Amino acid sequence: MAFDEMHGRGRSRRCRTPYRAMATWLDGQTSEQLTTRRQQAEALFHRTGITFAVYGTEEAEERLIPFDIIPRVLSAAEWRRLAAGIEQRVRALNAFMYDIYHRQEILRAGRVPADIVIQNAAFLPEMLNVDPPRGIYSHIIGVDLVRTAENEFFVLEDNTRTPSGVSYMLENRETMMHMAPDLFSRNRVAPVEQYPEELRATLESVAPAGLDRDPVIVVLTPGEHNSAYFEHSFLADRMGVELVEAHDLVSTETGVMMKTTQGLRQVDVVYRRIDDSFLDPLAFRPDSVIGVPGLFEHYRAGRVTIVNAPGSGIADDKSIYTYVPEIIEFYTGRPSILKNVLTWRCRRPDDLAYVLEHLPELVVKEVHGSGGYGMLIGPTSSRAQIEAFRAKVVADPARYIAQPTLELSTCPTVTDEGVAPRHVDLRPFVLLGDRMRLAPGGLTRVALKKGSLVVNSSQGGGTKDTWVLED
Amino acid sequence: MLGRTANDLFWMARYMERAENMARLLEVGHRLSLLPHEDGGQEWRSTLQSAGCEASYIASHDTFETREVVDYLLFDKSNPSSVYCCLSTARRNGRAQRTAITREMWESLNGAWIEFSRSASENVASDALPALFDRIRDRSALFRGALLNTILRNDTFYFTQLGTFLERADNTARILDVKYYVLLPQNELVGGGLDSAQWAAMLRSVSAHRSFRWVYRDAFKPWHIADFLILNPQMPRSLHSCYAEIMQALSGLSQSYGLETSCQALAGTMLSRLKMLDMPGIFQAGLHEFLRDFISDNSRLAYEIAAAYHFND
Repeated sequence: MAFDEMHGRGRSRRCRTPYRAMATWLDGQTSEQLTTRRQQAEALFHRTGITFAVYGTEEAEERLIPFDIIPRVLSAAEWRRLAAGIEQRVRALNAFMYDIYHRQEILRAGRVPADIVIQNAAFLPEMLNVDPPRGIYSHIIGVDLVRTAENEFFVLEDNTRTPSGVSYMLENRETMMHMAPDLFSRNRVAPVEQYPEELRATLESVAPAGLDRDPVIVVLTPGEHNSAYFEHSFLADRMGVELVEAHDLVSTETGVMMKTTQGLRQVDVVYRRIDDSFLDPLAFRPDSVIGVPGLFEHYRAGRVTIVNAPGSGIADDKSIYTYVPEIIEFYTGRPSILKNVLTWRCRRPDDLAYVLEHLPELVVKEVHGSGGYGMLIGPTSSRAQIEAFRAKVVADPARYIAQPTLELSTCPTVTDEGVAPRHVDLRPFVLLGDRMRLAPGGLTRVALKKGSLVVNSSQGGGTKDTWVLED
Repeated sequence: MLGRTANDLFWMARYMERAENMARLLEVGHRLSLLPHEDGGQEWRSTLQSAGCEASYIASHDTFETREVVDYLLFDKSNPSSVYCCLSTARRNGRAQRTAITREMWESLNGAWIEFSRSASENVASDALPALFDRIRDRSALFRGALLNTILRNDTFYFTQLGTFLERADNTARILDVKYYVLLPQNELVGGGLDSAQWAAMLRSVSAHRSFRWVYRDAFKPWHIADFLILNPQMPRSLHSCYAEIMQALSGLSQSYGLETSCQALAGTMLSRLKMLDMPGIFQAGLHEFLRDFISDNSRLAYEIAAAYHFND
């Protein structure tokens, strides 16, 4: 039986301390009341327009990611430990990127095989010897964590390119405070609403050196058809900066300019929400119609800062992931605080043999996949599905990694059958600039289907407000 | 502000205003088609002219049947000025600029679109048309109210004002021009025995059939109606009023940007002409000629605003 965030493990069903006030509140709610609150929450989300995807030309409907009104709670002590682990990880990953784009000591020391870095599509040779401000590559990171026991947290993935979901962290909190203010008066919940200001401060702190004015920041979006467009406009709005598309920018001799009603205006920091390959057709993909020709050249010359830096995807590649504990030790001299999930690399013959023998117990993922697609969850798959996947792995082993199926913790969730446990994960959001800023909370995703371990919104997942209690 | 943002705000406001004007024109056309006329088709023809849709309509239709004209102006997706397309375009512009508009504005745009896109031609019975026209006007009023109550008085406000009032001025001028030119028998002097139903309809199409009586206190007289719709600064849809608003928005822009532009000079000339002229003067030079020049100056101003503020660079 999975570890439950509210009741712990086993049959005692005693409420864990951080959930005490919540449990009392929940006991006082009838299932009708909970359903009503859920509907209220949904109405609130619709009004705000916090929606994602599906914008056909004729389509007036926009989908909501389901929101569950029972928060996920972390104690101050739990959070301190997570925070220390996350901070260590984020600093080490940035040190790793600085190294592989400069002297490559970790490769020379043989701690990480050179080929999985150098031949990786996420590694950008154009970034070699480029010096980003403060030596930071990933300023905005979302670390995906899962929990399996009272003290067992594992990192599933470090999202070091363009992590999304932070708008849900903020809006979930707004909705929760609107709907259940009494719950907040009974708990000391650390606020997260300062995130947009902290994001702005972080971006300002990495502006090109020697500016004699306030840095001009923009959020660069692929446009309204992108599934995360709401978040892009949300963040620009909350920071009070322009939301631009590539064609709103142009590069001149002096730098990158945006086309305003008063003519061209120089841009200092670009918080981009588009992939590396679409940043600049001159530097990366000549066939790209989106992108700002000349952007990368200005970046290299230090006339504009790109956040996160081009080439920062190397640090969250699944083939690099397995080496993160070594990476942390190499750069910090200390063992990793947060654990990695045990991972078999199918590119290695021994690992492959083990994986093929144990497919029904394992989770197998594509090295470059994301969003819960292209993966096998052994225990919940049919024989035929497993055999079909086996053929794919055999055909191209290097494309796959495998991990034991983790029994993700559960959290009480409002379902059609009343309050029931559902599996959850956790994505805290970290900012790194002049200093590290970790929002006390994050995005809790919940698999709404009974027994399901897939929390992705594209696969029927929902979200919860995430509380960090203060002492 | 991005040039693209200004462009989207301008057109968002223009299309909302156009949707409302379209609903009003339809309302009046519909009303006239119910009167015992010798030729109802002619009425619809002039409605199409006022809407600036006559040529495109004729290209795809053979008759001026009420239902066909109504469908064309309300629901036709190939007609960029149909209410359907106006609301859809306004919403699309607003959606692209969610950071520039307020939550209330977005909700009213979004609500208007969701509601209207659900009512398709086949589901709207003829006797439900007046109610539908009302709803379109209500939605537009809601949007305008949300805008005026929540928006910052900066360039965001000024560009939406410009869109609204350029569109409104164009609309009022077209209504006058079409009615004047089409409905007036050629051998009849202006101010002669005109069918007062026609003039009443014209006032209705700018929501002024009641306020007119309060201002002029006598029967509909064409020069009074023209005075009301062109020169009267109290009448919120008159050309004078529209240009007073346009001038304010342009001054606001030039103050906040610290920059004078040629469009301010053009709008200033147009406004002072409206202030100085009187109706005898306009009639003497020719009402139609006056309106034709106005419509063309008005579109030139829109063009110059787009150029001066880098809408499409």
